[in-house]
Amino acid sequence: MNETNDNILNEVTQGDYKYGFVTDIDTETIPKGLNEDVVRLISAKKNEPEFMLEWRLKAFRHWQTLTMPTWAHLTIPEISYQDIIYYAAPKQQAKYASLDEVDPELLETFDKLGIPLNERNHLAGVAVDAVMDSISVKTTFRETLAEKGIIFCSMSEAIREHPDLVKKYLGSVVPSTDNFFAALNSAVFSDGSFCYVPKGIRCPMELSTYFRINAANTGQFERTLLIADEGAYVSYLEGCTAPQRDENQLHAAVVELVAMENAEIKYSTVQNWYPGNKEGKGGIYNFVTKRGICKGANSKISWTQVETGSAITWKYPSCILRGDNSSAEFYSVAVTNNHQQADTGTKMIHIGKNTRSRIVSKGISAGLSNNSYRGLVKVTRGAENARNFSQCDSLLLGSKCGSHTFPYLEVDNKTAKVEHEATTSKIGEDQIFYCNQRGISTEDAVGLIVNGYAREVLNQLPMEFAVEAQKLLAISLEGSVG
Amino acid sequence: MLTIKDLKASINGKEILKGINLQVNPGEVHAIMGPNGSGKSTLASVLTGRDYAEVTHGKVSFLGEDLLDMVPEDRARKGIFLSFQYPVEIPGVSMVNFLKTAINEHRKFKGLPALSASEFLKLMREKKEIVEISSNLTNRAVNEGFSGGEKKKNEIFQMALLEPKLSILDETDSGLDIDALRICANGVNKLKTAENATIVITHYQRLLDYIVPDFVHVLMNGQIVKSGTKELAYELEEKGYDWIKKEVFGTEDAQ
Ligand SMILES: Nc1ncnc2c1ncn2[C@@H]1O[C@H](COP(=O)(O)OP(=O)(O)O)[C@@H](O)[C@H]1O
Ligand SMILES: [Mg+2]
Repeated sequence: MNETNDNILNEVTQGDYKYGFVTDIDTETIPKGLNEDVVRLISAKKNEPEFMLEWRLKAFRHWQTLTMPTWAHLTIPEISYQDIIYYAAPKQQAKYASLDEVDPELLETFDKLGIPLNERNHLAGVAVDAVMDSISVKTTFRETLAEKGIIFCSMSEAIREHPDLVKKYLGSVVPSTDNFFAALNSAVFSDGSFCYVPKGIRCPMELSTYFRINAANTGQFERTLLIADEGAYVSYLEGCTAPQRDENQLHAAVVELVAMENAEIKYSTVQNWYPGNKEGKGGIYNFVTKRGICKGANSKISWTQVETGSAITWKYPSCILRGDNSSAEFYSVAVTNNHQQADTGTKMIHIGKNTRSRIVSKGISAGLSNNSYRGLVKVTRGAENARNFSQCDSLLLGSKCGSHTFPYLEVDNKTAKVEHEATTSKIGEDQIFYCNQRGISTEDAVGLIVNGYAREVLNQLPMEFAVEAQKLLAISLEGSVG
Repeated sequence: MLTIKDLKASINGKEILKGINLQVNPGEVHAIMGPNGSGKSTLASVLTGRDYAEVTHGKVSFLGEDLLDMVPEDRARKGIFLSFQYPVEIPGVSMVNFLKTAINEHRKFKGLPALSASEFLKLMREKKEIVEISSNLTNRAVNEGFSGGEKKKNEIFQMALLEPKLSILDETDSGLDIDALRICANGVNKLKTAENATIVITHYQRLLDYIVPDFVHVLMNGQIVKSGTKELAYELEEKGYDWIKKEVFGTEDAQ
């Protein structure tokens, strides 16, 4: 075996989380609870430079002055923040020796989703063969990106290796004082991804396959920062269609996007965290702050999300359209079933001239769930000729679920044109019967109809994920009709 | 092929079908005629398994099996096809996706492998000619924004693809201009074999000029009150339904 192969083998068999944690801290956890010492400890364990510690402490001190927001249309059980362990080294140990030991239900879901065989092991937490395909994929991947000068690494690595970029941009879109959950994340974030695409560079591949393979260990307080410099382009996919379980009930991630002049960022999310059981027990609380800034003229940011998981979702991927002629899009499908609750939407803040935004939100509620769209369109005084179009649709399966739309409009410039359309429909028994009569079962019929309804959003996803996402929608609603 | 024995069915507790008897053999075309509200569509619903009508009495066997025991999709897979009086729109679901799913469900039921995308498209091209349906319809979402005539053509197109053993055409002629009517009827005739059978539901005789029935039944007030050959249809056209009401019920206002 030559040296390269040896390295790969090492990486797989002995490596810690691929991009971080240089010290031997892998088995340690710290006591539960949060105070300044815990923040210091986290920063120390991650070998962070002084500025990062200061930044975290400032966030923590601010967080202490805040209380959890209550304006969302959600019923959130009390969360005891002193009962949470804020630092645990990422678990790298494989849980199982082979796929045979994995919960058959999970395997069945992989099957239904059509997840490639070589990725299933990883997602299920099975020890992987040394020569797993994806490893060589990863290596060539990194090389290709490095050739173009693209930095793509973990946030921990970025803090150590690229402190100037981090200092300049971290918190520039979502300040550490932004809101309760953003402040908490800023104080204790564990890791996440960092990407910088230099001037004039088009990232030659979707940052997706790669990411999915790494997604299993993202952790509780994830922090992501993407920067597309002038004229750059990047498409990024977060999450994965496979069901993700996690012992941590509270997730509070922050994602920041910065698009400079003529740059474009496309950010797609498929979120399928454990939603809890049919009775509403368990499940992840997902409180996420995502925001992008179209900083330069002619820049563009596009959010696409498919939200099917979590017990509670609180999430508003937003855009600040600062550059003249910049544009932003938000495409969302949010599915809630059983006892799930989602309050999700977007904010489009028009500051530059001739800025354009487009919102397409498709809510799907079933069971006893509650699904709310909450969206703000704000046109500031200087935003001449701003345009917004919003389309918010809700689809109901059954009569026990709830669906709500909360559109907010603040327009301070007379030249703005803002359009809002909203529809609510029920999945029709006549539609289902029509499918039945053609030989299609009710379950498959619901899948077809729901995917038809969500098509405009699914079309925005990278091809390979669109197919999986379609299956995911159908699976999420299994048993909800008939 | 199909045997209906003393079939009674109610909607919301009100009896709509009041004892239907009918025998359909392979190769036959049966017409069921009757005024609006007489229960023709309800009969089609009961046979295909739509559950708003509750069967309270009677038996239906199809190819030797108890039809009323089967879920709607199994009835379809076993070869019962309904051309809907009001075809349903399914926004965003492409015709190709819908029909490919349908065909492959039928194939799976028969133990056949699924058709690949290219095999399916080839089959679709062949069948499109039967009802002269244009690609700009098959490239759209299921029935979405189709005109009345286009929807009916689309039903016959689906019938061509699924090759049912028993087709029930519910008012396929309603809302059709004469050209579309001819195209639909020709399609149905082209699909006719010695092994399959058709039930044509209509309340005008016009369609029966194109699809010639072996038997004509008059459904009135939830019962088949008269059966005959195609001459009966002409008689009805000439004299109207009142004539039968008088003959059967001894009065012009049955009920
Ligand atoms: N979904 C329904 N709910 C309640 N009543 C119905 C429904 N469908 C049909 N009916 C009633 O059943 C009777 C028969 O209707 P139908 O079978 O549609 O007649 P036809 O097809 O012969 O015109 C009518 O009185 C009609 O009002
Ligand atoms: Mg009718």
